[in-house]
Amino acid sequence: MSVKTAVVVFPGSNCDQDNVRSWKAISGLDAQLVWHKEASLPNYDLVIIPGGFAFGDYLRCGAIARFSPVMSEIVRLAKRGNLVLGICNGFQILTEAGLLPGALNHNKNLKYLCLDVFLRVENAQTAFTGDYSKGQVIKIPISHGCGGFSLKGSELKTLNDRDRVVFRYCAPDGSVSAEDAPNGSLDNVAGIINEGGNVLGMMPHPERLAEKELGGLDGRPLFTSILRTLKGGS
Amino acid sequence: MSAGSAPWLEHNLTQSEYELILGLMGREPNFLELALFGVMWSEHCGYKNSKAQLKKLPTQGPQVLQGPGENAGVVYLGDGLAAAFKMESHNHPSAIEPYQGAATGVGGIIRDIFAMGARPIASLNSLRFGNVDDNHVKRLLNGVVSGIGDYGNCMGIPTVGGDVYFHPSYQGNPLVNAMCLGLMKADKIYRGQAAGVGNVVMLVGARTGRDGIKGASFASEELSDLDQDKRPNVQVGDPFMEKLLMEATLEILEKDLVVGLQDLGAAGLTSSGAEMAGRAGSGLYMDLDLVPLREKGLLDWEIMLSESQERMLLVVEPSKVEAISEVFDKWDLLAVAIGKVTSDGNFTLRRGEKVLAAVPAQFLTDRVPIYQRPFSEPAYYQAAKKADLTVTQNQGDWSGLLFKLMASPNLSSRAWVYEQYDHMVGLNTVVRPGGDAALLRLPGTRRGLALSSDCNARYVYLDPHLGAAIAVAEAALNVAAVGAKPLALTNCLNFGNPENPEIYWQFVKATDGLAQAAKALNTPVTGGNVSFYNEYDKRAIFPTPTIGMIGVIEDIENRLTHGFKKPGHLIVLVGESKEELGASEVHYLLTGRDEGPVPSLDLERAARLNDFLVEAAKKSLLASAHDLAEGGLAAGLAECCFPLNLGAKVKSEAPVSAAAAFFGESQSRVLISLPEENLRALKALLAQSRLPHGLIGQVTSEDRLTIDHGREKLEANLSDLKVAWSEALPRAAAL
Repeated sequence: MSVKTAVVVFPGSNCDQDNVRSWKAISGLDAQLVWHKEASLPNYDLVIIPGGFAFGDYLRCGAIARFSPVMSEIVRLAKRGNLVLGICNGFQILTEAGLLPGALNHNKNLKYLCLDVFLRVENAQTAFTGDYSKGQVIKIPISHGCGGFSLKGSELKTLNDRDRVVFRYCAPDGSVSAEDAPNGSLDNVAGIINEGGNVLGMMPHPERLAEKELGGLDGRPLFTSILRTLKGGS
Repeated sequence: MSAGSAPWLEHNLTQSEYELILGLMGREPNFLELALFGVMWSEHCGYKNSKAQLKKLPTQGPQVLQGPGENAGVVYLGDGLAAAFKMESHNHPSAIEPYQGAATGVGGIIRDIFAMGARPIASLNSLRFGNVDDNHVKRLLNGVVSGIGDYGNCMGIPTVGGDVYFHPSYQGNPLVNAMCLGLMKADKIYRGQAAGVGNVVMLVGARTGRDGIKGASFASEELSDLDQDKRPNVQVGDPFMEKLLMEATLEILEKDLVVGLQDLGAAGLTSSGAEMAGRAGSGLYMDLDLVPLREKGLLDWEIMLSESQERMLLVVEPSKVEAISEVFDKWDLLAVAIGKVTSDGNFTLRRGEKVLAAVPAQFLTDRVPIYQRPFSEPAYYQAAKKADLTVTQNQGDWSGLLFKLMASPNLSSRAWVYEQYDHMVGLNTVVRPGGDAALLRLPGTRRGLALSSDCNARYVYLDPHLGAAIAVAEAALNVAAVGAKPLALTNCLNFGNPENPEIYWQFVKATDGLAQAAKALNTPVTGGNVSFYNEYDKRAIFPTPTIGMIGVIEDIENRLTHGFKKPGHLIVLVGESKEELGASEVHYLLTGRDEGPVPSLDLERAARLNDFLVEAAKKSLLASAHDLAEGGLAAGLAECCFPLNLGAKVKSEAPVSAAAAFFGESQSRVLISLPEENLRALKALLAQSRLPHGLIGQVTSEDRLTIDHGREKLEANLSDLKVAWSEALPRAAAL
């Protein structure tokens, strides 16, 4: 089957081209840039909401973007079971739109942080992570001012019970303690998936370490996993 | 004297300048006209105190597609690609309001780059602050770094490098120099020209408000305690607006809808309008009734002098106006026709049919008086050369000294700064900040572009000619150390009050040195900016001619980084270590004194060293390369050990004191490491390049740095040293 991929562009998105470029480099397939004013989306197999500062992140990250016309279409596709991946600002938008639980607060040191961090893959059986192995430690950069995940205690328990925390900030040896989450994320959460298993949000940027020239390949399996899932569906 | 009898006063003009204007105009200019002269003839816009000296700089070369005088310089990179790049200061606004001052500095230089038709792909920042133990300085540092980060991060332009130094001379007057580089097709350069009589002048982007009024004149005065009142002179930035403006502008350029364009920076509508008309030799008029305002009731001169950010001026053919409006509509931005290009040579301002001001554009842009300022050698110059350096030479606890040095404000890790900047967005950053130069890959090619900014202002203060030449050589060597051939430079010349002959002497000598080094290293100056009046309560900053250097590597596969790669690799020191502790960081650390002879520089050898590095990289001979600068050999070795947590065991045989061997700052030296099997080929290349060198030791797997020098020994535990080096700046910066 052919795979149809959309990368959504809000005013202020700035990793849109990066995701198109990465997806092409890894999958060999095209991705379509889709302007946020699009009120009807054909049935894309994969929708990527990229990083950036949609609407300047004024008011609150993602709070304005969720009212863009394209969002109701993304909700529709998500309900159909199509894959939706939100990276960084994309994750923030997905929580604002209610497709994922929780919120992303200001980093604990109140500063923007751009650096490589270590993540432990907590669930390697999702549509997005099949090419990783459970417990694998990977190096992926973060680049955000608001990445501290927060959620009500009872809901966090549900996430954990249902294996919906996909990535956790960890030490290089895979151990997890609070200081390994540079942004102060609750329970070191770096990425979560929805109940249906088709909407993933993550603060780290897998597209930034998915080519050797950029200094690492640990982001690559995320995209190959998605490709495998989508191709396997044929 | 009231303003009525001396109308020049409130426009920051002198009486003789006023008389010159009377002569040119042949009549009394009205208030608005005089306001136009006031800003256009300010140092910031008119370069009246610097032009005579700037003529010395080499600006030509086969690589130069656009030299100084446009929004930015442009150089050819190969494979049909060109880079537009420039550096600019935003010192005074940052002194008053560090966050907005720095943010709008970044915004302004980004607009300069996309005004040339280039997509910005990298930013750098060169920052200078006073003593970091001071609470006010901490606030400035935090504000400036956040301002730069928030603006650049939101724009999606990676901030990949820069430099930060601390010295009490910058206490009340920090320096914020922002550099940006954009990529374009070499045959699609746009220029700021208002050509074609009858073409439409459009103002696009943000509305015009009262912020930043007279910012250009403010930048041309000294600062004092009273300047908290000058907050209205500081502009306010909106990076989201600028991101939209950039995308919309690049879209209309891609569609070939524009004749000429320019950003609205210093002196806002006045300078952009007058300069576009001046360059094209045409005239143009603007109708102030048509300018979209943020609030009602702005006066004519306020509209003309407002420095509201995120605005551009376009000149377009009448048939293209609608297509332009459509693009700006898509991005939810204003695009309004406010005037037309005329043939009368006048810069005319109207409200409807009523003419408010009419001045020949070239009077504003080309008839600025050029001052040959008197200059004289300051007393400190000879005195400081005769420094007593024995305190430094007689130290014994070399390891303790290295710890202090690596944790000192000027040598400690800059990660606290660059980790607040998104330095990876764009997926081009193949050598990240923290090394000698950043390296970006150029999409669609194998090529890479190296960028570095540099200036050791203590050297410049103690010997302006030599110090400025060293700044150029150092920036070029940084670029060569990643394997790239230095190509061209931009600069930001930060000095005190040029009306003081001793300050002007610094300026004359520094531009001499800059010109000499730029010629010798074949790196023409394609543009830049002069910032005078950097004084606080009558104390001038160190003269700081910041250099922004770019270079090209043909294949990024051959790039070099500074970290040692493998135990067993050989360490070679290329260059000559002399008894040069004068003007050094270690001497300053021990004595608090800025003194001593500045290290010598052989420009001819510096050029050969650059060529050697490019060639060695191309032949894949080296595992690492690192230029030695502040802190000398010991600091350089530590920096090479840190990235992969390796050790080094080294023996120095230089015929100098132990202090000079460990910490001396002799120029044109590079630490390289390589596998033993490449040694023969390396020796051949070094001989061919006529470069002195010595095989000084080996990379080890131990957690230890050892340097032997005769009977003296420096030994340090590297993981402890790395902790001290990493934690110093975050701790110092904490509010």
